[in-house]
Amino acid sequence: MITLEHVSKTFTSHGRTVPAVDDISLEVGEGELHVLIGPSGSGKTTTMRMINRLETLTTGRILIDGRDIQTLNVVELRRGIGYVIQQGGLFPHFTVADNVAIVPRLLGWPRQKRRQRAEELLALVGLPPEQFADRYPRELSGGQQQRVGVARALAVDPPIVLMDEPFGAVDPITRKQLQRELRRIQEEVRKTIVFVTHDIAEAFLLGDRIVLMAEGRIVQNGAPSDLLRNPADPFVTAFIGEDRGLRALQFTSLGDVAQPVPPGVPPGGMVLPGTLSILDAGRELGIHGDAIGEGIWVGDDVGNPTGYLTYQQFAAVLGETLAADAEAPHDETAHAIHL
Amino acid sequence: MRYIFDHPDRMLELTQEHVRLVAISILVAMVIGIPLGILITRLRWLEASVITTTGVLYTVPSLALFAILMPFTGLGPTTVIVALVLYSLLAIVRNTVAGIDDVPPAALDAARGMGMTGSQRLLLVELPLALPVILAGVRVATVAAVGIATVGALLGAGGLGRLIFEGISRVNTDRIVAGALGASVLALVADWALSRLGDILRRDVRPSGR
Repeated sequence: MITLEHVSKTFTSHGRTVPAVDDISLEVGEGELHVLIGPSGSGKTTTMRMINRLETLTTGRILIDGRDIQTLNVVELRRGIGYVIQQGGLFPHFTVADNVAIVPRLLGWPRQKRRQRAEELLALVGLPPEQFADRYPRELSGGQQQRVGVARALAVDPPIVLMDEPFGAVDPITRKQLQRELRRIQEEVRKTIVFVTHDIAEAFLLGDRIVLMAEGRIVQNGAPSDLLRNPADPFVTAFIGEDRGLRALQFTSLGDVAQPVPPGVPPGGMVLPGTLSILDAGRELGIHGDAIGEGIWVGDDVGNPTGYLTYQQFAAVLGETLAADAEAPHDETAHAIHL
Repeated sequence: MRYIFDHPDRMLELTQEHVRLVAISILVAMVIGIPLGILITRLRWLEASVITTTGVLYTVPSLALFAILMPFTGLGPTTVIVALVLYSLLAIVRNTVAGIDDVPPAALDAARGMGMTGSQRLLLVELPLALPVILAGVRVATVAAVGIATVGALLGAGGLGRLIFEGISRVNTDRIVAGALGASVLALVADWALSRLGDILRRDVRPSGR
């Protein structure tokens, strides 16, 4: 649990004091992923970097599990917090395995244990260790380097991970893939994550909560659906963008809108996982549409059908979500009524 | 050329003297210059004065520098070594600073963020990454030192320069050529060897991993 209490930071430039972060209070619960988002200069990165004391706060307090971080040894504090940055920040002269095992090395783990941990983590982030462990960062693609960066942050299993635009420098397709992977990994490891980005779609995809910042202040702090349905002010609306319906497509999952399986539907056809967003489901249908019958089966993790949507119902959901524009507050129950 | 083949023993002996002069000087210059370079990256205000001082030293003609040093260090190898150290400092200090400045900021930020102490950052990240640039500075200094060391023969420091000065006083071109050629070859070999060393280290720079 991370608690920020009235935290401010000011810089002095040309004899004037400029606030970078202005009286921010924030609570990041155990195992939650909070996204800090905002335009550049909004103080989101500075806020994150104060948590592992890469930046010093001017006033206020930051507590980790109730302990003021100013009272902790800075080196130990940082070793207990995973840190992922844009473009990986990998050490070019270390192999992938040595990069991953750097904090264990600082903590004096024996060589054997370090190696074993590195291999475990590489497997977790989808890089087969036998293939990647002994390569150098320059031999990896940008996306692969980012995976190594994530593995490195998890090396000593820290309860907290800070991520500073970790997927900002990779191409959109790889980014999408890395975002999904992060979600999968997060399901598995349940870290308390502070994630900085300026990509609103990324924020909606990953965040348990989204903290929208501007000019060093928090404009709105809420669940993704809160921001969409009840934007605090015109700035939030503007930042989220006019295509709110489209955003809604990305974070409403198929499972949320699936109907009970009606009697008499013949088995067979396509089963899509309930965790898939409506947008992605639509894409799947676009690709495989010919192969299926009257509707879509919605399945659980292992592919057992738990619900059903006819084409007509699916189209209705799509339309409904897209139409849910600025004025109309909508929630999942609305779909059920219209269906 | 005949002199070289007629006196292989003497050639070898003088070459060894020459190598010793240069090697000692470069090692001492590294021991002073690399820490000095590191210090500059930590205390930036030192940079201007240190680089200017070593730069000015570099421009003093070797004969003049020998003459200035002689009252303090006398005739013989010591004077030559002190002079060679002073000449070598510029390239080594400057390249140490440049090499450390060149370390990717992202790697440094990651190192800090992961909880490396200042000395761990230096030893695990900054110096290994700066090594190729530092070594390039050592190369430049070494090649220059091989040349300047020939003049050191005037002070009785030995080395291949002796052949050149013997040749001048006896009007014996063969000896001059032998000395000059020997020094040139030595410079080329040193340059090649250090460049190879750089290649090997660059590939193998990795954590020693106890």
